Amino acid sequence: MADTGHVTTLLRRATFGPTAAEVDAAGRAGYTATVDRLLSPRAADAGARATPPPDLGTDPTAALTKDSTREQRQRARQEQREQARRLTLWWLDRMVAADDQLGEKLVFFWHGHWATSVQKVRSAVLMRGQLDTLRRHGRGELRDLATAMVTDPALILWLDGHRNTRAAPNENLARELMELFTLGPGHYTEADVKAGARALTGWTVDRAKGTATFVRRRHDPAPQTILGETAAFDARSFAALLCRQPAARTFVAGRLWRRFASEAVPPPGDLAGTAAVPLLRAAFTHADFPATAGQHVKEPVEWAAGAMRQLGVRPSALGEQKRKQLLAGLDAMGQVPLRPPSVGGWPAGAAWLTTSSLQARARLARLLAEAATVEATDVDGLARLLAVDGWSARTAAALESTRGDTQRLAAALISPEYTVC
Amino acid sequence: MDTLTRRRFLLASGVTGAAALVAGAGAYTLKDILATAGDRPADARTLVLVTLYGGNDGLNTVIPYADPAYHDARPDLAYGAAEVLRVDGELGLNPALAGLHGLYGAGRLAIVRGAGYPKPNRSHFQSMDIWQTARPDRPGTSGWLGRWLDANGADPRLAVSFEPALPVLLAGERGAGAAVPVTRQLAREALADPVLAAFGQPQEGEPPLRARASACFADLLAVDALVAGAREAAAADEDDHEGATATGGATSPLAAQLDLVAQCVEAGVATRVFSVSLGGFDTHADEKQAQSILLGQVDKALTAFAGRMDRTEAGRKVVVAVYSEFGRRVRANASDGTDHGTASDVFLLGAGVHGGLFGARPSLTDLDDGDLKYTTDFRDVYATLLERVLGTDPAQVLGPWPGRLEVALDTTA
Repeated sequence: MADTGHVTTLLRRATFGPTAAEVDAAGRAGYTATVDRLLSPRAADAGARATPPPDLGTDPTAALTKDSTREQRQRARQEQREQARRLTLWWLDRMVAADDQLGEKLVFFWHGHWATSVQKVRSAVLMRGQLDTLRRHGRGELRDLATAMVTDPALILWLDGHRNTRAAPNENLARELMELFTLGPGHYTEADVKAGARALTGWTVDRAKGTATFVRRRHDPAPQTILGETAAFDARSFAALLCRQPAARTFVAGRLWRRFASEAVPPPGDLAGTAAVPLLRAAFTHADFPATAGQHVKEPVEWAAGAMRQLGVRPSALGEQKRKQLLAGLDAMGQVPLRPPSVGGWPAGAAWLTTSSLQARARLARLLAEAATVEATDVDGLARLLAVDGWSARTAAALESTRGDTQRLAAALISPEYTVC
Repeated sequence: MDTLTRRRFLLASGVTGAAALVAGAGAYTLKDILATAGDRPADARTLVLVTLYGGNDGLNTVIPYADPAYHDARPDLAYGAAEVLRVDGELGLNPALAGLHGLYGAGRLAIVRGAGYPKPNRSHFQSMDIWQTARPDRPGTSGWLGRWLDANGADPRLAVSFEPALPVLLAGERGAGAAVPVTRQLAREALADPVLAAFGQPQEGEPPLRARASACFADLLAVDALVAGAREAAAADEDDHEGATATGGATSPLAAQLDLVAQCVEAGVATRVFSVSLGGFDTHADEKQAQSILLGQVDKALTAFAGRMDRTEAGRKVVVAVYSEFGRRVRANASDGTDHGTASDVFLLGAGVHGGLFGARPSLTDLDDGDLKYTTDFRDVYATLLERVLGTDPAQVLGPWPGRLEVALDTTA
């Protein structure tokens, strides 16, 4: 199975978008060695080192008091938004620059999974903290990630965990923890939601310090029966309980398959587990994997970051106006990092294939094509540059009908072959 | 395991919606929605479906202000008799709904109380799926208006969404409605029409999703003309998206979406169903103010739309239906909010709607695990809309379903 076609599919799945040089190198190394290199990068990540996360300092609203004026509040809020924008642009830059592409894509996957939006959390500092947690635990056991996330300040604010007390439990976090983050629907009851909410009681968030704190008197210490087990659960032991359920093994596997293999090809029945990297290894080497070629619709962020890698464009090197257009373009396509539309995360697959998102994609493609620092002068060169296996007659005709290299490149970026890979 | 199913309301189409889109790829292009002007039966009516994502608190929308149980259950959240906009001696509308209150007084707003379904599901994603697929008993594979579309030739121009992604309710088994953006993004600024047209040519033997990507180009050329006229009305600034919604729904202002609907209706396009939405109703905390702001947006947008529709004959044939995936728990939580509940109200309005109260008011004391017991199956509402607005036998969409609302929706009165 180690032919070039398969290895290119692998690279398209495991990276945001492989460069021609990466395709060549993987072809030489072979499939198995490429899987190893992607999953266990040995070399230091020079790209990541060159793109250190921004130092955001403290949350600008932390200095506000009840005596602060309306103007001071507005200014603080404005600074908060600016911080969020900086963090988003940094992350896009990192996605393009990182050598450990799979690790970076995995962080984005988990961000979509624990889908938390800065629009409600209103703190880039806390969002940055959550990304660090996803980065730290995202490769390994779900249990480690989930137990860290249930005490993550941004997630607590997002799902009203700080309003959840023994006197009056708030079910929001408990429900989504089971439905969306660990088990999926049908694997718990309403009684489990109520009991789970009690297990999660007691956590508050200090925005100024950027920390979540456990307040014993707000916690319900009574034993709860959740999923048939009775114990004096707290947030961490509740999360650990969920991760032990058989349903978690297929739930996480299915989620990874849909994002790293195909949303159109069902997850293989034997794909199960709770640790991301071993699961991805199983997915990439599964007999069903090669058949996912041409069955994955690139998410907007994946599409844009991949195109920028291939075209030698760095968000940080774009001018202010172009950076603004980049974010506006992602917004119009429906996917801006740190701003998932709901706790259910972003849609997938055919959802991105609408006239609405196509318009936005075409505009952004034009911008990226104009900013490209590499060029391809003919149609075959374009296929190589963009790691496309080949153009259909339809697309070749469309590309031939363009006027000039920039327009041809923009057209290639929105072609069905590039968008659906 | 089936995460896609639960999220389908966010998607352009779901698991099977994708298959439906693919089946139609190439065969059902949009051509030009505006060019369909006049291409509809003279007596054809239009349905505008407004989805409120997140679970709107029905008890603080249509308020049983005279019921002591209401005040007991949510003392800090409750509206008093002096605050509500009175409907009768028992019920009043939320103070933010002044415009709708006026329409109610004019006999143009029907309020269907206690709308829900058996064995209520309290998950946003699943309950919205149930409402949108109209299949409470088993996982849905298509939206109810998607099936209506199937039964009417599966032409995507017949069912249009002004949301960023196509809601599952418009995805059928064979075809799907069209998602038309409320933005200024025009592909034509980036690429010439012949290039777009070339991309829109079907390619034999292509993977289904790629065929769908190609079909988008053909659709786009058709939609472009429609959008061009309305884009100024709906300029979206990327920094203006305050108020994140954790549970989905459009972020374009409802008013902008309805403006676009109004333009299409006035142009006499072939479209029979429009889907618009507003998100943010998941008020687990600090509900009173948040809900009031949202209801104010709904009120302003719907009242303006109703007024505009009144002025044309085509507009007077429009019926608007407003629903949410569930109401909220009767008892408040300690965060000055409410958790996920069950049955709630559906609003119907339009020139032909003979207003009033329909369906029995659910008891606030005889509860199902803390939640209201539904009194009207939401499929009664759908069957009524299918039969009296869309002129379709409801059985084609819902299977045998005898229930109907008592409401009259004629336009001749």
